Amino acid sequence: MHEFRYDPVQLPASAQILRSDVRTFIAEEVASGAFTPSRNSWNTFDADFSRRCGERGYIGMRWPKQYGGHERSALERYVVTEELLAGGAPVGAHWVADRQSGHQILRYGSDRAKQTILPKIAAGVCFFSIGMSEPDSGSDLAAVRTRAIQVESGWKISGTKVWTSGAHRTNYLIALARTGPKEEDRHAGMTQFIVDLSHPGVTVRPIYNLYGGHDFNEVVFDEYFVPDDMILGGVGMGWKMVTGELAFERSGPDRFLSTYQLLLESIRAIGPDPDDRSANEIGRFVAHLATLRRMSTSVAGMLERGAQPIVEAALVKDVGTTFEREVPETFRHLIPTEPTLGEGGSYPELLGMTILRAPGFTIRGGTREILRGMIARGLGLR
Amino acid sequence: MSEIRDDLLKTVDRIFDEHCQKSVRESAEAGEWPAALWQALEEVGVTRAALPEGAGGSGIEFEDAMFALRRSAYHAAPVPLAETMLAGRLLAAAGIAVPEGGLTVAPVQRNDQLKLAKEASGATVSGTAHRVPWGNLCAHAVVVGELDGIGVAGLISIVGAAGSVERNLAGEPRALLRFERAPLIAFAPLEGALSRLETEGALYRSVQMAGALERTLEYALLYANERVQFGRPIAKFQAIQHMLAVLAGHVAAASAAADAAVETSGIAPDEFGVSVGKSRIGEAAGKGAEIAHQVHGAMGYTREHNLHYSTRRLWSWRDEFGNESYWQTRLGRAVAAQGADALWPMLSRL
Repeated sequence: MHEFRYDPVQLPASAQILRSDVRTFIAEEVASGAFTPSRNSWNTFDADFSRRCGERGYIGMRWPKQYGGHERSALERYVVTEELLAGGAPVGAHWVADRQSGHQILRYGSDRAKQTILPKIAAGVCFFSIGMSEPDSGSDLAAVRTRAIQVESGWKISGTKVWTSGAHRTNYLIALARTGPKEEDRHAGMTQFIVDLSHPGVTVRPIYNLYGGHDFNEVVFDEYFVPDDMILGGVGMGWKMVTGELAFERSGPDRFLSTYQLLLESIRAIGPDPDDRSANEIGRFVAHLATLRRMSTSVAGMLERGAQPIVEAALVKDVGTTFEREVPETFRHLIPTEPTLGEGGSYPELLGMTILRAPGFTIRGGTREILRGMIARGLGLR
Repeated sequence: MSEIRDDLLKTVDRIFDEHCQKSVRESAEAGEWPAALWQALEEVGVTRAALPEGAGGSGIEFEDAMFALRRSAYHAAPVPLAETMLAGRLLAAAGIAVPEGGLTVAPVQRNDQLKLAKEASGATVSGTAHRVPWGNLCAHAVVVGELDGIGVAGLISIVGAAGSVERNLAGEPRALLRFERAPLIAFAPLEGALSRLETEGALYRSVQMAGALERTLEYALLYANERVQFGRPIAKFQAIQHMLAVLAGHVAAASAAADAAVETSGIAPDEFGVSVGKSRIGEAAGKGAEIAHQVHGAMGYTREHNLHYSTRRLWSWRDEFGNESYWQTRLGRAVAAQGADALWPMLSRL
């Protein structure tokens, strides 16, 4: 019997306090002109805003206090995250470090890595990029060619990473590199390294995206030295870590709130007395959104209890990103306008920005097709 | 899963395995009352499971009663379990004693209106109700309407009252009931009786669709792993894997939406939860059935394979008690009226 369980979660009272705390914070930020929700996505990089998030204890929430964390629960972190995203906050600078890199360091990092890096992430002053994809290794992650060769007290890395979001502004990158010989098991012999992007030996070049924005980079390592204590986990553990650990990063609110600002502004543009067709589409999206949030919070609750809902989590991303992509495609019919290049300061600009970003929703963090293959495996088809 | 739920699952699954064979489904579609199946459900208290304890319930939580209903739909059981639960809850809410046996409700069509009137000997009902589910096979119906501008629920005997009987796509009877000053056995005020019937009916159909979708996915997974073409099970083809992953997404969303709607409807049906549920699950029903059939190829198009017992129910239930458009529009209007800034507080209230 294939039964998907999305049990209800009971949010702790502290989560409700945090929720209103974040709402107050966002209202103050918007009022002071620090940001405009419709201009942002969760990729928007704003180091000052991230520092203020760190000051308020919104980063590294689950980590131990000795590393600058706040020893909060998964559900408390969930509430803060969803409030920041729903509020259109520019969380892009600290997003990767908070969502996955810091967690990996806490779990697999050396004492020195934990002591020197985690407190800075939690303070909102240290940012990370993801170093997985390469020119010839995208969905087929096991094909990575970046190689690390053991030298005295460390490793020397050579190779090229691409689509490295934010690497021109972040402090570190976690690189997946080949450390062992090619074996029958193509998942063996890979290791993850913490790479300090401020050191010589790393070259970061922009790869402009389709609308001319600079988010992606190409990162080239030329015999870049990484000391032994900047290895994550053990040598050869890389594959297990990138697949196992990241499986749980698929079910967060970032997987269905990417077009939430457009939904809001569309409802505003349509007004309080919609015609049948507009009411129908708004209702459909709200039904999808309410269901996705239920699925997503439920997975957060299961993770908190120590369960491993891999298929349930993957389904949130597949259903969630499909929903995200439908939002601009539907409202362009309901609100006749011509999408316009810009920063999202007007409805045509917000629609235009959303259309141009939409292809990424079902590619980033594992393409829709890779994800569906994983779901199929979970269903016993592979 | 709680211990009670686990016991309940074993009990109802045993009953359905024993009494809901293919032959029972087929003879029910031919018009025969599945007496043994219904009796077995009555004996374990499932038919009264949604009632509050004070109204003759079996001391089962509402959520567990809805779980039993979901399993009945998983098994494509041809019985008026949802209707009996719905009618019973309306009676209980109005403080009227719930009779034994199968129950149904009227009216279930938005254009039908029943006229209730007070007469010297009590109250009567007049008017026509179309497509009353199981109206030809239940002994009693709960009718709702208004008396002096106040919502009222009444109990009426409908033995022999049914006119023409149509069938929904699953072969479930939908009967025409015509009343002319027919005496009510009992009646009592029930606030918002009409809308309560509609919303709670939509809740039960949502729960049923979630159960039928679970079965549909199960059939599709089983078939994909068994059916060999080009020298391997079709489950090994990426195209099939991706279709089934999409189906799984719909089934998962339906499951989550059904649970959420049930949890907030313990006392009375929750407008928001049911609007979300009927909308989302109705959409999943159509899209899910399409994929399941495509995976089954010609085999799923036969009477012989069991898939159609689930998919014909999905194609029927999504249109009963308001289709997706009806609930989406209702929900969309409520959201628009409150304005964009009220949306997030509404979504995040739980």
